[in-house]
Amino acid sequence: MPKITFIEFDGTERTVDAVANSTVMETARRNDVPGIEAECGGSCACATCHIYVDPRWLEKTGERSAMEEDMLDFAFDVRENSRLSCQIKVSDELEGLIVRTPEKQF
Amino acid sequence: MSNIAIKTDAVIIGAGPVGLFAVFELGLLDIRCHVLDILDKPGGQCAELYPEKPIYDIPAYPVISGQELTDRLMEQIEPFSPEFHLNQMVESLQETPEGSFVITTDDGLVLEAKVVVIAAGGGSFMPKKPPIPGIDDYEGTSVFYAVKRMEEFRDRNILVVGGGDSALDWCLNLQPLAKKITLIHRRDAFRAAPDSVQKMRALVENNDMEFTLGQIKELHGKDGRLEKVTAQRADGLFDIECDTMLPFFGLTMKLGPLANWGLNLNENLIPVDTEKFQTSTPGIFAIGDINTYPGKLKLILSGFHEAALMAQQAFRLIHPDEKLLFQYTTSSSSLQKKLGVK
Repeated sequence: MPKITFIEFDGTERTVDAVANSTVMETARRNDVPGIEAECGGSCACATCHIYVDPRWLEKTGERSAMEEDMLDFAFDVRENSRLSCQIKVSDELEGLIVRTPEKQF
Repeated sequence: MSNIAIKTDAVIIGAGPVGLFAVFELGLLDIRCHVLDILDKPGGQCAELYPEKPIYDIPAYPVISGQELTDRLMEQIEPFSPEFHLNQMVESLQETPEGSFVITTDDGLVLEAKVVVIAAGGGSFMPKKPPIPGIDDYEGTSVFYAVKRMEEFRDRNILVVGGGDSALDWCLNLQPLAKKITLIHRRDAFRAAPDSVQKMRALVENNDMEFTLGQIKELHGKDGRLEKVTAQRADGLFDIECDTMLPFFGLTMKLGPLANWGLNLNENLIPVDTEKFQTSTPGIFAIGDINTYPGKLKLILSGFHEAALMAQQAFRLIHPDEKLLFQYTTSSSSLQKKLGVK
Protein backbone atom coordinates (compact mmCIF):
# COMPACT_ATOMS: atom_id res chain seq x y z
CA MET A 1 0.00 0.00 0.00
CA PRO A 2 1.45 3.42 -0.87
CA LYS A 3 2.51 5.74 1.90
CA ILE A 4 1.41 9.37 1.86
CA THR A 5 3.05 12.16 3.83
CA PHE A 6 0.93 15.05 5.03
CA ILE A 7 2.77 18.18 6.13
CA GLU A 8 0.78 20.58 8.24
CA PHE A 9 0.98 24.36 8.10
CA ASP A 10 3.32 24.39 11.11
CA GLY A 11 5.63 21.78 9.59
CA THR A 12 4.32 18.74 11.46
CA GLU A 13 4.83 15.70 9.26
CA ARG A 14 2.73 12.59 9.30
CA THR A 15 3.27 9.58 7.07
CA VAL A 16 0.38 7.17 6.83
CA ASP A 17 -0.59 4.07 4.87
CA ALA A 18 -3.00 4.94 2.12
CA VAL A 19 -6.08 2.84 1.69
CA ALA A 20 -6.43 1.05 -1.64
CA ASN A 21 -9.15 2.36 -3.95
CA SER A 22 -9.64 5.38 -1.75
CA THR A 23 -8.72 9.02 -2.16
CA VAL A 24 -6.12 11.21 -0.50
CA MET A 25 -8.98 12.86 1.43
CA GLU A 26 -10.29 9.52 2.71
CA THR A 27 -6.78 8.47 3.67
CA ALA A 28 -6.37 11.69 5.65
CA ARG A 29 -9.73 11.31 7.39
CA ARG A 30 -9.17 7.66 8.24
CA ASN A 31 -5.81 8.48 9.77
CA ASP A 32 -7.07 11.54 11.66
CA VAL A 33 -4.84 13.92 9.74
CA PRO A 34 -5.91 17.39 10.90
CA GLY A 35 -6.61 20.24 8.49
CA ILE A 36 -8.93 18.38 6.13
CA GLU A 37 -12.61 18.78 6.81
CA ALA A 38 -14.31 17.31 3.75
CA GLU A 39 -17.66 18.80 4.66
CA CYS A 40 -19.46 17.33 1.65
CA GLY A 41 -18.06 13.85 2.20
CA GLY A 42 -16.01 13.64 -0.96
CA SER A 43 -18.49 14.53 -3.68
CA CYS A 44 -16.49 17.50 -4.97
CA ALA A 45 -19.21 19.82 -3.70
CA CYS A 46 -17.26 21.99 -1.28
CA ALA A 47 -13.64 22.99 -0.97
CA THR A 48 -12.83 21.92 2.56
CA CYS A 49 -10.33 19.22 1.61
CA HIS A 50 -8.04 21.71 -0.15
CA ILE A 51 -4.36 20.69 -0.15
CA TYR A 52 -1.13 21.68 -1.88
CA VAL A 53 0.58 18.88 -3.79
CA ASP A 54 4.36 18.84 -3.52
CA PRO A 55 5.50 20.22 -6.90
CA ARG A 56 7.47 17.05 -7.64
CA TRP A 57 4.23 15.07 -7.56
CA LEU A 58 2.10 17.31 -9.74
CA GLU A 59 2.53 15.20 -12.84
CA LYS A 60 1.56 11.94 -11.15
CA THR A 61 -1.46 13.37 -9.34
CA GLY A 62 -2.85 14.58 -12.65
CA GLU A 63 -4.93 17.54 -13.72
CA ARG A 64 -7.84 19.21 -11.99
CA SER A 65 -11.21 18.42 -13.53
CA ALA A 66 -13.47 21.29 -14.60
CA MET A 67 -15.72 20.68 -11.60
CA GLU A 68 -12.77 20.67 -9.23
CA GLU A 69 -11.53 23.91 -10.78
CA ASP A 70 -14.95 25.45 -10.11
CA MET A 71 -14.96 24.22 -6.53
CA LEU A 72 -11.50 25.67 -5.90
CA ASP A 73 -13.15 29.08 -6.26
CA PHE A 74 -14.52 28.38 -2.77
CA ALA A 75 -11.06 27.77 -1.33
CA PHE A 76 -8.70 30.38 0.03
CA ASP A 77 -5.14 31.02 -1.17
CA VAL A 78 -5.41 28.84 -4.25
CA ARG A 79 -2.02 28.14 -5.81
CA GLU A 80 -0.80 26.34 -8.90
CA ASN A 81 -0.40 23.15 -6.88
CA SER A 82 -3.80 23.40 -5.19
CA ARG A 83 -6.02 20.33 -5.40
CA LEU A 84 -9.09 18.99 -3.67
CA SER A 85 -7.82 15.85 -1.96
CA CYS A 86 -11.12 14.02 -2.54
CA GLN A 87 -10.32 14.13 -6.25
CA ILE A 88 -6.94 12.40 -6.07
CA LYS A 89 -7.33 8.63 -6.28
CA VAL A 90 -4.72 6.59 -4.47
CA SER A 91 -2.69 4.19 -6.61
CA ASP A 92 0.66 2.44 -6.31
CA GLU A 93 2.02 5.17 -8.58
CA LEU A 94 1.63 7.59 -5.69
CA GLU A 95 3.99 5.72 -3.33
CA GLY A 96 5.69 8.42 -1.27
CA LEU A 97 3.29 11.25 -2.23
CA ILE A 98 3.81 14.46 -0.25
CA VAL A 99 1.01 16.98 0.23
CA ARG A 100 0.69 20.06 2.44
CA THR A 101 -2.47 21.07 4.28
CA PRO A 102 -3.40 24.77 4.53
CA GLU A 103 -3.53 26.60 7.85
CA LYS A 104 -7.28 26.53 7.73
CA GLN A 105 -10.02 25.09 5.54
CA PHE A 106 -12.76 27.61 5.37
CA MET B 1 -42.23 40.45 9.22
CA SER B 2 -42.24 41.19 12.90
CA ASN B 3 -43.77 39.61 15.97
CA ILE B 4 -46.49 37.72 14.19
CA ALA B 5 -47.08 34.86 16.55
CA ILE B 6 -48.03 31.76 14.63
CA LYS B 7 -49.53 29.00 16.75
CA THR B 8 -49.14 25.49 15.49
CA ASP B 9 -48.78 21.88 16.57
CA ALA B 10 -45.25 21.33 15.34
CA VAL B 11 -42.35 23.39 14.10
CA ILE B 12 -39.67 21.61 12.13
CA ILE B 13 -36.29 23.33 12.04
CA GLY B 14 -34.58 22.37 8.80
CA ALA B 15 -36.14 21.61 5.42
CA GLY B 16 -33.69 18.92 4.35
CA PRO B 17 -34.92 15.47 3.35
CA VAL B 18 -35.41 14.36 6.94
CA GLY B 19 -37.28 17.52 7.94
CA LEU B 20 -39.50 17.13 4.90
CA PHE B 21 -40.27 13.49 5.67
CA ALA B 22 -41.11 14.49 9.24
CA VAL B 23 -43.96 16.55 7.74
CA PHE B 24 -45.27 13.32 6.21
CA GLU B 25 -45.05 11.20 9.35
CA LEU B 26 -46.57 13.92 11.53
CA GLY B 27 -49.18 14.63 8.87
CA LEU B 28 -50.41 11.03 8.94
CA LEU B 29 -51.14 11.63 12.62
CA ASP B 30 -52.99 14.89 11.85
CA ILE B 31 -50.21 17.09 13.19
CA ARG B 32 -49.82 20.34 11.23
CA CYS B 33 -46.31 21.57 10.62
CA HIS B 34 -44.49 24.79 9.96
CA VAL B 35 -41.04 24.27 8.48
CA LEU B 36 -38.19 26.76 8.90
CA ASP B 37 -34.95 26.89 6.95
CA ILE B 38 -32.07 29.31 6.55
CA LEU B 39 -31.79 28.58 2.82
CA ASP B 40 -34.09 30.10 0.24
CA LYS B 41 -35.31 26.69 -0.90
CA PRO B 42 -36.22 23.32 0.63
CA GLY B 43 -33.83 20.38 0.32
CA GLY B 44 -31.04 21.29 2.73
CA GLN B 45 -27.68 19.82 1.76
CA CYS B 46 -29.32 17.85 -1.06
CA ALA B 47 -30.39 21.09 -2.71
CA GLU B 48 -27.46 23.27 -1.73
CA LEU B 49 -24.43 21.00 -1.87
CA TYR B 50 -25.30 18.29 -4.35
CA PRO B 51 -28.51 18.90 -6.33
CA GLU B 52 -27.11 17.08 -9.35
CA LYS B 53 -25.06 14.46 -7.57
CA PRO B 54 -26.36 10.91 -7.45
CA ILE B 55 -27.43 9.22 -4.21
CA TYR B 56 -27.37 5.42 -4.34
CA ASP B 57 -28.76 4.37 -0.96
CA ILE B 58 -32.33 5.57 -0.94
CA PRO B 59 -34.51 2.45 -0.71
CA ALA B 60 -36.26 1.62 -3.99
CA TYR B 61 -34.23 4.20 -5.93
CA PRO B 62 -31.09 2.61 -7.39
CA VAL B 63 -30.02 6.17 -8.10
CA ILE B 64 -31.62 9.54 -7.44
CA SER B 65 -30.18 13.07 -7.47
CA GLY B 66 -30.34 15.38 -4.47
CA GLN B 67 -32.77 17.66 -6.29
CA GLU B 68 -34.99 14.84 -7.45
CA LEU B 69 -35.18 13.42 -3.94
CA THR B 70 -36.18 16.86 -2.68
CA ASP B 71 -38.78 17.29 -5.41
CA ARG B 72 -40.30 13.88 -4.69
CA LEU B 73 -40.47 14.52 -0.96
CA MET B 74 -42.17 17.86 -1.63
CA GLU B 75 -44.71 16.00 -3.76
CA GLN B 76 -45.19 13.35 -1.08
CA ILE B 77 -45.90 15.89 1.70
CA GLU B 78 -48.08 18.15 -0.42
CA PRO B 79 -51.37 16.67 0.95
CA PHE B 80 -50.40 17.95 4.39
CA SER B 81 -49.91 21.56 3.21
CA PRO B 82 -46.92 22.37 5.39
CA GLU B 83 -46.12 26.05 5.70
CA PHE B 84 -42.59 26.96 4.78
CA HIS B 85 -40.68 29.90 6.19
CA LEU B 86 -37.50 30.15 4.17
CA ASN B 87 -34.51 32.48 4.56
CA GLN B 88 -35.08 32.29 8.30
CA MET B 89 -32.40 31.48 10.81
CA VAL B 90 -33.86 30.27 14.08
CA GLU B 91 -32.25 32.36 16.79
CA SER B 92 -33.93 31.23 19.96
CA LEU B 93 -36.01 28.37 21.24
CA GLN B 94 -37.61 28.75 24.64
CA GLU B 95 -40.04 26.71 26.68
CA THR B 96 -43.07 28.56 28.04
CA PRO B 97 -44.42 27.96 31.55
CA GLU B 98 -47.34 26.13 29.89
CA GLY B 99 -44.93 23.65 28.32
CA SER B 100 -45.08 24.82 24.74
CA PHE B 101 -42.18 26.34 22.81
CA VAL B 102 -41.56 29.79 21.36
CA ILE B 103 -39.25 30.05 18.37
CA THR B 104 -37.91 33.32 17.03
CA THR B 105 -35.97 33.89 13.84
CA ASP B 106 -33.46 36.51 12.72
CA ASP B 107 -36.18 38.02 10.55
CA GLY B 108 -38.45 38.62 13.55
CA LEU B 109 -40.77 35.69 12.92
CA VAL B 110 -42.28 34.24 16.11
CA LEU B 111 -43.90 30.83 16.29
CA GLU B 112 -45.41 28.93 19.17
CA ALA B 113 -45.55 25.16 18.93
CA LYS B 114 -46.45 22.20 21.09
CA VAL B 115 -43.51 20.21 19.80
CA VAL B 116 -40.30 21.17 18.03
CA VAL B 117 -38.41 18.89 15.69
CA ILE B 118 -34.80 19.82 15.09
CA ALA B 119 -33.78 18.40 11.71
CA ALA B 120 -30.91 20.80 11.26
CA GLY B 121 -28.43 18.44 9.61
CA GLY B 122 -24.93 19.88 9.89
CA GLY B 123 -26.28 23.17 11.23
CA SER B 124 -27.07 26.42 9.46
CA PHE B 125 -25.68 27.25 6.06
CA MET B 126 -23.80 30.49 6.48
CA PRO B 127 -21.56 32.53 4.19
CA LYS B 128 -17.92 31.48 4.25
CA LYS B 129 -15.62 34.10 5.71
CA PRO B 130 -12.24 34.17 3.99
CA PRO B 131 -9.45 33.92 6.59
CA ILE B 132 -7.84 37.23 5.68
CA PRO B 133 -6.01 38.64 8.72
CA GLY B 134 -8.03 41.35 10.50
CA ILE B 135 -11.21 40.84 8.44
CA ASP B 136 -13.35 40.73 11.60
CA ASP B 137 -12.56 44.39 12.29
CA TYR B 138 -14.33 45.44 9.10
CA GLU B 139 -17.38 43.18 9.24
CA GLY B 140 -20.65 45.09 9.26
CA THR B 141 -18.99 48.41 8.36
CA SER B 142 -16.92 47.70 5.27
CA VAL B 143 -17.08 43.95 4.76
CA PHE B 144 -20.43 42.27 4.07
CA TYR B 145 -21.17 38.64 3.24
CA ALA B 146 -24.69 39.34 2.04
CA VAL B 147 -26.61 42.29 0.69
CA LYS B 148 -29.82 42.95 2.58
CA ARG B 149 -30.62 46.49 1.45
CA MET B 150 -29.04 47.67 -1.78
CA GLU B 151 -29.50 51.32 -0.88
CA GLU B 152 -26.81 50.99 1.80
CA PHE B 153 -24.30 50.52 -0.98
CA ARG B 154 -25.10 53.67 -2.89
CA ASP B 155 -22.04 55.78 -3.77
CA ARG B 156 -19.67 53.26 -2.29
CA ASN B 157 -16.45 52.09 -3.88
CA ILE B 158 -17.15 48.37 -3.90
CA LEU B 159 -14.86 45.39 -4.37
CA VAL B 160 -16.72 42.15 -5.10
CA VAL B 161 -14.72 38.95 -4.57
CA GLY B 162 -15.61 35.64 -6.23
CA GLY B 163 -16.75 34.06 -9.47
CA GLY B 164 -20.10 32.47 -8.77
CA ASP B 165 -23.66 33.66 -9.21
CA SER B 166 -23.72 35.71 -6.00
CA ALA B 167 -20.59 37.63 -6.99
CA LEU B 168 -21.78 38.29 -10.53
CA ASP B 169 -25.38 39.07 -9.58
CA TRP B 170 -24.33 41.65 -7.02
CA CYS B 171 -21.89 43.26 -9.43
CA LEU B 172 -24.73 43.69 -11.89
CA ASN B 173 -27.28 44.81 -9.31
CA LEU B 174 -25.06 47.23 -7.45
CA GLN B 175 -23.27 48.68 -10.48
CA PRO B 176 -25.91 51.39 -11.15
CA LEU B 177 -25.79 52.52 -7.48
CA ALA B 178 -22.12 52.25 -6.69
CA LYS B 179 -19.57 55.00 -7.11
CA LYS B 180 -17.24 52.38 -8.49
CA ILE B 181 -17.39 48.62 -8.65
CA THR B 182 -14.55 46.16 -9.14
CA LEU B 183 -14.75 42.39 -9.42
CA ILE B 184 -11.76 40.32 -8.40
CA HIS B 185 -11.55 36.60 -9.03
CA ARG B 186 -8.71 34.11 -9.03
CA ARG B 187 -9.17 33.11 -12.68
CA ASP B 188 -10.74 34.42 -15.86
CA ALA B 189 -13.49 31.80 -15.79
CA PHE B 190 -16.73 31.87 -13.85
CA ARG B 191 -19.17 29.36 -12.40
CA ALA B 192 -21.92 31.95 -12.70
CA ALA B 193 -24.68 31.86 -15.31
CA PRO B 194 -23.17 32.63 -18.76
CA ASP B 195 -25.69 35.42 -19.26
CA SER B 196 -24.46 37.22 -16.11
CA VAL B 197 -20.85 36.77 -17.16
CA GLN B 198 -21.65 38.27 -20.56
CA LYS B 199 -23.36 41.26 -18.94
CA MET B 200 -20.42 41.77 -16.59
CA ARG B 201 -17.96 41.67 -19.50
CA ALA B 202 -20.06 44.21 -21.39
CA LEU B 203 -19.92 46.59 -18.42
CA VAL B 204 -16.15 46.14 -18.22
CA GLU B 205 -15.87 46.77 -21.95
CA ASN B 206 -17.82 49.99 -21.45
CA ASN B 207 -15.62 51.08 -18.53
CA ASP B 208 -18.66 50.92 -16.25
CA MET B 209 -16.94 48.46 -13.95
CA GLU B 210 -13.57 46.77 -13.56
CA PHE B 211 -12.52 43.16 -13.50
CA THR B 212 -9.17 42.03 -12.22
CA LEU B 213 -7.51 38.69 -11.64
CA GLY B 214 -6.17 38.07 -8.17
CA GLN B 215 -6.66 36.82 -4.64
CA ILE B 216 -6.98 39.05 -1.58
CA LYS B 217 -4.01 38.96 0.78
CA GLU B 218 -4.33 41.95 3.11
CA LEU B 219 -6.83 44.59 4.16
CA HIS B 220 -5.86 48.15 5.00
CA GLY B 221 -7.89 50.81 6.79
CA LYS B 222 -8.71 52.04 10.26
CA ASP B 223 -11.60 52.05 12.73
CA GLY B 224 -13.46 49.46 10.71
CA ARG B 225 -13.27 51.60 7.56
CA LEU B 226 -11.61 49.82 4.68
CA GLU B 227 -9.36 51.95 2.50
CA LYS B 228 -7.65 49.48 0.22
CA VAL B 229 -6.79 45.82 -0.16
CA THR B 230 -3.62 44.13 -1.28
CA ALA B 231 -4.15 41.35 -3.77
CA GLN B 232 -1.88 38.86 -5.45
CA ARG B 233 -1.77 37.59 -8.99
CA ALA B 234 0.82 35.81 -11.10
CA ASP B 235 2.87 39.00 -11.64
CA GLY B 236 2.97 39.95 -7.97
CA LEU B 237 1.19 42.05 -5.36
CA PHE B 238 -0.95 45.08 -6.14
CA ASP B 239 -3.38 47.37 -4.30
CA ILE B 240 -7.03 48.12 -5.01
CA GLU B 241 -8.66 51.15 -3.41
CA CYS B 242 -12.13 50.45 -2.04
CA ASP B 243 -14.28 51.28 0.98
CA THR B 244 -16.47 48.19 0.79
CA MET B 245 -15.71 44.54 0.17
CA LEU B 246 -18.24 41.81 -0.59
CA PRO B 247 -16.61 38.36 -0.48
CA PHE B 248 -18.70 35.53 -1.99
CA PHE B 249 -17.04 32.20 -1.28
CA GLY B 250 -20.16 30.07 -1.00
CA LEU B 251 -21.76 28.67 2.11
CA THR B 252 -20.58 26.48 4.92
CA MET B 253 -22.42 24.69 7.69
CA LYS B 254 -22.12 26.05 11.21
CA LEU B 255 -23.92 24.91 14.31
CA GLY B 256 -25.06 28.51 14.83
CA PRO B 257 -27.50 29.65 17.54
CA LEU B 258 -28.62 26.07 18.25
CA ALA B 259 -25.71 25.81 20.69
CA ASN B 260 -27.45 28.35 22.96
CA TRP B 261 -30.83 26.68 23.26
CA GLY B 262 -30.01 24.89 26.50
CA LEU B 263 -29.98 21.42 24.98
CA ASN B 264 -27.42 18.83 25.95
CA LEU B 265 -24.81 18.62 23.22
CA ASN B 266 -22.17 16.04 22.54
CA GLU B 267 -19.49 17.21 20.10
CA ASN B 268 -21.96 19.56 18.41
CA LEU B 269 -24.56 16.81 18.08
CA ILE B 270 -27.77 16.43 20.05
CA PRO B 271 -28.03 13.19 22.02
CA VAL B 272 -31.43 11.51 21.77
CA ASP B 273 -32.99 8.25 22.88
CA THR B 274 -33.69 5.68 20.19
CA GLU B 275 -37.32 5.13 21.09
CA LYS B 276 -38.64 8.65 20.71
CA PHE B 277 -35.68 10.58 19.33
CA GLN B 278 -36.33 13.13 22.01
CA THR B 279 -33.67 15.52 23.34
CA SER B 280 -32.93 16.34 26.98
CA THR B 281 -36.03 18.58 26.84
CA PRO B 282 -39.32 16.64 26.47
CA GLY B 283 -41.21 17.99 23.48
CA ILE B 284 -38.04 18.85 21.57
CA PHE B 285 -36.95 16.14 19.16
CA ALA B 286 -33.82 15.84 17.05
CA ILE B 287 -33.70 13.72 13.90
CA GLY B 288 -31.28 13.24 11.02
CA ASP B 289 -27.60 14.20 10.93
CA ILE B 290 -27.87 16.58 13.88
CA ASN B 291 -28.57 13.86 16.45
CA THR B 292 -26.40 11.19 18.02
CA TYR B 293 -27.04 7.89 19.76
CA PRO B 294 -25.15 4.60 20.03
CA GLY B 295 -24.77 3.19 16.54
CA LYS B 296 -25.89 6.37 14.76
CA LEU B 297 -25.31 6.43 11.01
CA LYS B 298 -25.58 9.75 9.21
CA LEU B 299 -27.74 8.42 6.42
CA ILE B 300 -30.88 9.93 4.95
CA LEU B 301 -32.66 6.61 5.40
CA SER B 302 -31.82 6.57 9.13
CA GLY B 303 -33.35 10.04 9.39
CA PHE B 304 -36.56 8.78 7.74
CA HIS B 305 -36.86 6.03 10.35
CA GLU B 306 -36.18 8.51 13.13
CA ALA B 307 -38.95 10.78 11.79
CA ALA B 308 -41.48 7.94 11.97
CA LEU B 309 -40.69 7.10 15.58
CA MET B 310 -40.48 10.74 16.62
CA ALA B 311 -43.99 11.30 15.24
CA GLN B 312 -45.44 8.65 17.55
CA GLN B 313 -44.20 10.44 20.66
CA ALA B 314 -45.10 13.86 19.26
CA PHE B 315 -48.68 12.62 18.88
CA ARG B 316 -48.77 11.41 22.50
CA LEU B 317 -47.57 14.81 23.71
CA ILE B 318 -49.98 16.81 21.57
CA HIS B 319 -52.97 14.52 22.21
CA PRO B 320 -52.34 12.99 25.64
CA ASP B 321 -55.93 11.72 25.91
CA GLU B 322 -56.18 10.11 22.51
CA LYS B 323 -55.26 6.58 21.67
CA LEU B 324 -52.76 6.19 18.87
CA LEU B 325 -53.82 3.55 16.42
CA PHE B 326 -51.10 2.03 14.28
CA GLN B 327 -52.20 1.90 10.65
CA TYR B 328 -50.76 1.10 7.24
CA THR B 329 -51.13 3.54 4.36
CA THR B 330 -51.80 0.55 2.09
CA SER B 331 -54.94 -0.54 3.90
CA SER B 332 -56.17 2.33 6.06
CA SER B 333 -58.94 4.32 4.41
CA SER B 334 -58.53 7.10 6.96
CA LEU B 335 -54.81 7.52 6.13
CA GLN B 336 -55.60 7.37 2.44
CA LYS B 337 -58.17 10.11 2.90
CA LYS B 338 -55.50 12.32 4.48
CA LEU B 339 -53.22 11.58 1.57
CA GLY B 340 -55.95 12.54 -0.88
CA VAL B 341 -56.11 9.05 -2.42
CA LYS B 342 -59.20 8.75 -4.58
